[in-house]
Amino acid sequence: MSKIFILADHAHGKMAHSVGELATFAARAGDVTALVLGGDISILSPQLSDFGISEIISLTGIDFEKYSAGVSAQAISQILDEKSPDALLITSTARGKEIAARVAVRTNSGIITDAIDLDATLVATQSIFGGSTTVHSAISHGTPIITLRSNSVEIVSAASTPTITEVNLAQSDFDASRLGDKVVSVTEAAKGGRPELTEASIIVSGGRGTNGDFSPVEALADILGAAVGASRAATDAGWYPHSHQVGQTGKTVSPALYIACGISGAIQHRAGMQTSKVIVAINKDPDAPIFDLADLGIVGDLFAVLPQATAEIQLKKA
Amino acid sequence: MKIAVCVKQVPDSWAEKKMSGGLLDRAGVDAVLNDLDEYAVEEALRLVEKHSPTGEAGEGSGHTVTIISMGPDRATEAIRKALSMGADDAILISDAALAGSDALATSLVLAQIIEREKFDLVLCGTESTDARMSVVPAMLAERLNYAQLTFAGSLDVDPASSTIKVGRSTDSGIENMEAVLPAVVSVIEKINEPRYPSFKGIMASKKKSIATLTLSEIGVDAAVVGIGSAWSKVNDAQERAARAAGIKVIDEGNGGKAFADFLAEKRMI
Ligand SMILES: Cc1cc2nc3c(=O)[nH]c(=O)nc-3n(C[C@H](O)[C@H](O)[C@H](O)COP(=O)(O)OP(=O)(O)OC[C@H]3O[C@@H](n4cnc5c(N)ncnc54)[C@H](O)[C@@H]3O)c2cc1C
Ligand SMILES: Nc1ncnc2c1ncn2[C@@H]1O[C@H](COP(=O)(O)O)[C@@H](O)[C@H]1O
Repeated sequence: MSKIFILADHAHGKMAHSVGELATFAARAGDVTALVLGGDISILSPQLSDFGISEIISLTGIDFEKYSAGVSAQAISQILDEKSPDALLITSTARGKEIAARVAVRTNSGIITDAIDLDATLVATQSIFGGSTTVHSAISHGTPIITLRSNSVEIVSAASTPTITEVNLAQSDFDASRLGDKVVSVTEAAKGGRPELTEASIIVSGGRGTNGDFSPVEALADILGAAVGASRAATDAGWYPHSHQVGQTGKTVSPALYIACGISGAIQHRAGMQTSKVIVAINKDPDAPIFDLADLGIVGDLFAVLPQATAEIQLKKA
Repeated sequence: MKIAVCVKQVPDSWAEKKMSGGLLDRAGVDAVLNDLDEYAVEEALRLVEKHSPTGEAGEGSGHTVTIISMGPDRATEAIRKALSMGADDAILISDAALAGSDALATSLVLAQIIEREKFDLVLCGTESTDARMSVVPAMLAERLNYAQLTFAGSLDVDPASSTIKVGRSTDSGIENMEAVLPAVVSVIEKINEPRYPSFKGIMASKKKSIATLTLSEIGVDAAVVGIGSAWSKVNDAQERAARAAGIKVIDEGNGGKAFADFLAEKRMI
């Protein structure tokens, strides 16, 4: 049986939601092993018992997050060389793609990024040119390394009791050049308890039309259990952190429902959201380009429409 | 400091893109300088200006900015734009065997030139607007054994001590990183506002040198690049039907209600 490795992301003692998605894809193609870089495995491993994972390889001894992707890539490449799996799946985050890129170079392997589906024979589906074209591709060399966008698959749960293999590393195991790019400090963006943008199934985004007042956007997001996104105009103005920007130079999202409020729909914004399943736009300009892709477009003032919608949803939920 | 800026010529992002034979059909669309690479060019020029005794880039600054690109011969148009902004010279690697190269091959070719010319600092954009992979900078760092500082929203170099500091924009916030040169840095679009080429700059760029090199001239085996040796293969590509236009409601006092009804109907609440 094929052996598929997944890179299991975690932060602050919690496994990422996308790990279940990666495991779901991996299980289609073979037996699943999760690589966990750093963290406390006694806290993390119980969170990996619901996805049919048969083995966990826990790499410890170095603070992976303190360095750029090079350190993680070297550690992973070493494991791939030893265990020769049939593929490595990684979530398509900025860091995940960098790790994938460096592992591909280091292990002489082919790489596919931003796949939205993967079949049992490791044929990947990508949606390119802003969703207008669907491509199927496969890797023909080395250990196929495939990054998958989160939110692309319904997690299939399957209880399992994975065995845990610990691999303890030391700084001296790494090339000195890799330890040279160090994080000296981090300013975490305030989260406000809302779901992560790339993991949310509903996103409410605000643009220049909010004029800096995101409260109606946030109120709607909260009643829907949604994440809050922003256009570049809104992040440039400092109304919302850059980590919430949706678009070409922000995040690419594909939620079940995307609600654009006071956003004109510039091509760079569309590049990050046009593969959303259902799109709703609220804009006071009837000719705003965002209406071209909206399943429902409301021509109106967001300061009137959003509060009314929020109240109405509250009523329907009660 | 010897600075390299990697730029790519890409189809205009406004143009409609189509596939042909498993590859992007580049012949049919206008080509421009990848707009995200303009920020890298601008940042290189600002760095030099900051550390130049005359306050200007170019001769007398004590630093150089070289544009590097891999692409077809007509990529010289995009390179010219970067030169007219103020970069000193350029190297274009152009070879028929490169057609259909993937990111692995692109990074191999770029790394070969960077290694040969011994650049201290390599600046990139965060992604090419056609490939949208965002992997070339990390691949370069891996191949060159340079420090990797990607998604920089701020950048500072101390040429005397060869140290570099960046503020990286990550999924969770701002990460401040430090490293010693040489380094590969990719910059986000918030880092600066790229200048428009001045008339003087445009005229001066016409005299600047673009060295066009083939694979054999840089010592890369043609058999390891190009579509024939790409390690990922496109099986098929299908154009999807355009998104059908939806319903449009004009808010006359009931827009919010119509919205809530729509969500209920779609079973989203
Ligand atoms: C290299 C590059 C990269 C970029 N990357 C991104 C990116 O990643 N993401 C991104 O979003 N943009 C990006 N942009 C910017 C993009 O081109 C647009 O400028 C930006 O998306 C505009 O944001 P906006 O829609 O909020 O503002 P605007 O275009 O100004 O639109 C505001 C809209 O709000 C409407 N409005 C105003 N008041 C109200 C009201 N009270 N109620 C309802 N509607 C109202 C207006 O009718 C208008 O349509 C990039 C640009 C460049 C050059
Ligand atoms: N063919 C190329 N020539 C020069 N630089 C490139 C090329 N392709 C990519 N790059 C650089 O790598 C960055 C990321 O590109 P990509 O990984 O293709 O999304 C770009 O912004 C460029 O700076």
